[in-house]
Amino acid sequence: MPEPAITPELVAEHNLTAEEYEKIKEILGREPNYTELGIFSVMWSEHCSYKNTRPLLKGFPTKSPKVLVPAGEENAGVLDIGDGLAISFKIESHNHPSAVEPFQGAATGVGGILRDIFTMGARPIAAMNSLRFGDISNPEVRRLFSGVVSGIAHYGNCFGIPTVAGEVYFDKSYEGNPLVNAFCLGVLRHEQIARGAAKGIGNPVFYVGPATGRDGLAGAAFASQDLTEDSQEQQRGSVQVGDPFMEKLVCEACLELLDTGAVAGIQDMGAAGLTCSTCETAARGGTGIELDLDKVPQRGPDMTSYELMLSESQERMLIIVEKGREDEVKRIFDKWDLPWAQVGVVTDTGQMVVKHKGEIVADMPAAKLADDAPIYHREAREPKYLKNVRAFTLDGFSDLDGSDAINETLNKLLAWPSIASKNWVFRQYDFQVRNGTCLIPGSDAAVIRVKKDSMPKSKNDDPDETFDDKFLALTSDCNGAYTYLDPYVGGKIAVTEAARNLACSGALPIGSTDNLNFGNPHNPELFWQLKEAVRGLAEGCSAFEAPVTGGNVSLYNQNPDGAIDPTPTMSMVGLIECEGDITSQWFKDEGDAIILLGEPVDSEDKLQGLGGSAYLQVSHDTKSGTPPRCELDDARKLNTTLLGLIQAGGVKSAHDCSEGGLLVALAECCISNNPTRETPALIGASIDLSDQTDQSDEPKAADSESDAIGEPNSKLPSSTPHLRTDALLFGETQHRVIVTCSDPEAAKITDRAKLMGVPAKRIGTVGGENLTIKSGDTETTWSTTNLHDTWWNAIDRAMA
Amino acid sequence: MKFGVLQFPASNCDQDAIHAIRHLGHEADYIWHKEESVGDVQAIVVPGGFSYGDYLRCGAIAQFSPVMQAVKKFAEDGGFVIGICNGFQVLCESGLLPGALVRNKALKFRCEHVLLKTANHKTPFTAGTPHDKLLRIPIAHGEGCYFADDETLKKLKDNHQILWQYADSNGELTDAANPNGSINNIAGVSNATHNVAGLMPHPERACESLLDSADGNLIFESMIAKLAGVSEAAVA
Repeated sequence: MPEPAITPELVAEHNLTAEEYEKIKEILGREPNYTELGIFSVMWSEHCSYKNTRPLLKGFPTKSPKVLVPAGEENAGVLDIGDGLAISFKIESHNHPSAVEPFQGAATGVGGILRDIFTMGARPIAAMNSLRFGDISNPEVRRLFSGVVSGIAHYGNCFGIPTVAGEVYFDKSYEGNPLVNAFCLGVLRHEQIARGAAKGIGNPVFYVGPATGRDGLAGAAFASQDLTEDSQEQQRGSVQVGDPFMEKLVCEACLELLDTGAVAGIQDMGAAGLTCSTCETAARGGTGIELDLDKVPQRGPDMTSYELMLSESQERMLIIVEKGREDEVKRIFDKWDLPWAQVGVVTDTGQMVVKHKGEIVADMPAAKLADDAPIYHREAREPKYLKNVRAFTLDGFSDLDGSDAINETLNKLLAWPSIASKNWVFRQYDFQVRNGTCLIPGSDAAVIRVKKDSMPKSKNDDPDETFDDKFLALTSDCNGAYTYLDPYVGGKIAVTEAARNLACSGALPIGSTDNLNFGNPHNPELFWQLKEAVRGLAEGCSAFEAPVTGGNVSLYNQNPDGAIDPTPTMSMVGLIECEGDITSQWFKDEGDAIILLGEPVDSEDKLQGLGGSAYLQVSHDTKSGTPPRCELDDARKLNTTLLGLIQAGGVKSAHDCSEGGLLVALAECCISNNPTRETPALIGASIDLSDQTDQSDEPKAADSESDAIGEPNSKLPSSTPHLRTDALLFGETQHRVIVTCSDPEAAKITDRAKLMGVPAKRIGTVGGENLTIKSGDTETTWSTTNLHDTWWNAIDRAMA
Repeated sequence: MKFGVLQFPASNCDQDAIHAIRHLGHEADYIWHKEESVGDVQAIVVPGGFSYGDYLRCGAIAQFSPVMQAVKKFAEDGGFVIGICNGFQVLCESGLLPGALVRNKALKFRCEHVLLKTANHKTPFTAGTPHDKLLRIPIAHGEGCYFADDETLKKLKDNHQILWQYADSNGELTDAANPNGSINNIAGVSNATHNVAGLMPHPERACESLLDSADGNLIFESMIAKLAGVSEAAVA
C-alpha cells in the first residue's frame, strides 16, 4: 500500500503547525515520511511533550529529603518512607477516551496508571480516582457516569488493586467532557527502583504482552484536541480496549523479571505505544534503538509501519535485557504464558531506526524527538467573567429564616449529588483486596497499611528483614467552582483541603501528584486559568512540604458550549506515625464533646464564606462570588495543631468542613459510619451555635491566663454586624475541623489548640438519635435515620 | 499445620489467604496451578480473584488446570478444602460443591461488610464459631448469587450442607441483608461429607482488628483445631 504524500493538509490533520513541520525538517535534514510524521505528531502532542505547560510546571516544588526519584525523570516519582522502603505514585487522566467510550476509556485509564507504577519496580497496592460529570439529571450523563464507574471497577477489581478513595462532582460544565483521573500507588525497596533507560550497547530489546492491533491509534494526539460533536463517531477507534487479566500477568512477570537483575531498562507502552517507549528509553540512555517491526506480534494482517508505531494496544511493555541473559527472561514470560518477542537492539547511534519488510521506515534522532519538542509560552489574559464574579454581593439574597428553611436546606444539600454519599460508586470497587485497607472509603482520607508481604518479592529476601507496618493516608481533592471563580485561590484550596483531609486522618503529607484538567491553551483566558491555578497549587504544595512527584496535564477539555470548570486535581499522600493515630470522621460515643477548630466564619470575607458555595448553587442557583479566602499560614497552623492533638491521644474523630459547610460536616459525622450492609451506626448530636449569632459578650473564662497567652477570639468580632445564619451553617470558610473527644478531655484540647493559635470552641455533645442545632433563637432537629436515608441513597435514586 | 493456597494466573486474594493463616501462627504456601500434586499440605485454600480472567464463566476454566485434578483427589481422600469467592465458584464449577453462582441480582459488583449466620455448627469450618455469634465479614463480588435447583436445595437442607447465610443484626434472614439475591440467603455451603466448603464472603480479609474485623479467623481456627484433633488421633 503506497503511503500518502505529505501535504500541508496531512500535516494539519496531525495537529502539527507549519512551524513545527519546519522544525521537523530541520531535525531530520529532510522531509519526513508518513510514518515519521505520525511519530512526531504523537511525541509532540501535549500529552507526551507538555509543550504548552512545561514553563508553568517548573514552578512546582519537586524536592524534599524524601524524594528518591523526582518528577519528570521516570514514569513516576519515588519517595522514601523509611526503613529502606519507598512508595511510587502518580495520577493520570483518561478524559477524552471516557467521553467517547466510558467503560473502556475509564478501564484503560486504570490500566495505564497501574503500568506506570509497576514499571518503576513497585508493587501497586492502592488506587483512587477523581471524576467529574455533567448534571446527573441528564440521561447521557448518567450513561457516562455509570459506564466510567463500571470500567474502573472492572479493571481494578480484576487486577486485584483496592480502590480506596476518590471524589466525584457533578456540574453542567463537564457535560459531554467528563473527567476521569486515575491514581495508583505502589511500594518497593530502595534498591528495587527500576529505570526506563535503554542502557548497554548491543542489549536486546524485548516486547512483552498481547499482539499489537489497530486499537487506540494515536490516542495521545486525540487527547490533545478539543472534543467536538462528531468526536464520538470519529474517534471511537482511538479508544483502547483493556484486558486486566493480561495486565495482572504482565505485572507479576515484570516484578519477577526485575528481581533477576537481567533487566537493563523497562518502559510501558502507554500513550504513543512503541514510539514513545523506544524514543524515551533511548533518550534517557543516551543511546539509539533499532526496531524490526516484522518481529512485533500483530493482531491483524497487513498492518502498516505507521499503525504499528502508533497503536496504543494495551498491556504491552518494552524491556531491555542484559545481553546473555535472554533465557532467564524467556523462562519467566513462559511461566506466565505471556506472548513475547525480541524486537530490536540497543545501538550507539542515538538514532531510532525502524525497519519494516526489509526497508527502513523511520530513522530519526531519539533524544531530539523526546526532548526537543517545541515549547510555547502562551498568552494569558484574565477572563472577562471575573469582573462580575468580583462584583458579586449577597445583597438581595435573603438569609435563612426559621427552622423549616434550615431543615430543608440541609436536606437539599445532603441530597445534592456532589455532596451525597458516594457509596453507589465505591461499593462497586473492591476496596479491601490485599489486606491493607485500614480506613475504607467514606472518611476524609483512606488509610492503607504497608506490610512485609506488600513488597515486591526480592531474591535477596532476607528472612530477618523486619519493619513495623507503615500507614499511609490518601486523598484527592479539587473544587472546580472555586477554581472557576478564582483559579489561584482554587488551586490553593485544592491543596489545603487535601492536606487537611490527611491531617484529619492522622497523617503528615509527604508528597503529591496533580492532574491539570483545563480547556484549550490557545485561548488566552483559559490559559490564564491554568497559569493561575498552577501558581496556587505550587504555593500550597510548598507550604505543606508536599513536593509534586509527577502528574499529568489534560488540556482541550471542552464541549461545543465551552470549557470545563478548570480542575487541578490534587492527590496527596501522607504518612501516619503509628496505628493509634488513624482517625476517622464519624462520631464515636455518647457524651463525647464536639469541638470546632478554626474560626466559625471568616470575618474578613465580605461573602462570609458563601462565595462559590454549594449552598449558593443549590438554594440560589448561583455559582458566583469570590471563593473563601485561603491563608496558607492558617491552614498549616490548623493541621499542625490537629495532628499534634491526634498524636497526643484523646481525639476520637476529626472531620473537615468543606462543601456544604459546618452543618453538612456535622451531619456527616452523625451518619457516615456504615459498618455493615443496611445497618449504619447512626449517632446524634446536640449543637449550640447561639452565641455565634447573638452579639452579646461571651462569659469570660474563669482563668485570666488564657488572655495572657493571647487567646484567639473564637467568636465573630463585632465588626461583622450582620452575621448571616446561612453563612454560619452552610458557608465554606476554610480551615475548620470538627473533632470529638471524651468530655473530660474537652477543656484540655481547646486550651492546647488556642495555645497553638488556633481558635477552638466546644459547640456541642454527641448522643441521642437526632441532630439538633441551636442557632440564634432557632432550634432545628433532624432524625439521623432520615438524614442518612437522604444522603446515602441520593445517587441511587438519581440513577434509578 | 500447613495450608496450601492455590495460585491461578489471576488469583488476587492468594497473598491475603497466606497472610491470614500465617497471622494465626501456621504455615502457608502457594501451589502453582501447573503443579500436578498438592504436596504435603493438610488443608487447601482456593482463593479469590479472577482465576483465568473468567472470560467464559467465573471459575469455569480453572477446573481444568492440573492442580485442580490433584485437589479433587485430595478432597476425595477427606482432605479439607475451602474455596473463597472466586475459589467457591471454582469448586462449584469443578463439581466439588453443589449449586452455581450467577450474576448479582442488582447486576453490580458489591463490596461491603455483611453479617453471616452459621447454619450448621458441626463441620470442620464452623465448629469453632459460638452459637450466637454473627460473623462480620466483607464481600467483594459481581457474581455471587447462589443458585441451586429444588432437588439440590432439598439435599443441601437434609444433609445440613448450608453452612453460612446472610443475616441482619438480629440474625434474621431478610432480603435487605442479602447482598446478591442468593437463594435462601445462602453465603456458603459444603459438600455432603462436610470436608469441602465454599463461601462468597472473604474470611481472610477479616483477620485482624486493624482491618476492622477479625471474625474470619473463627473459620480458619476451626479448621486448624479439627486438623490438630485428627493428627492427635493419628498419633494415638
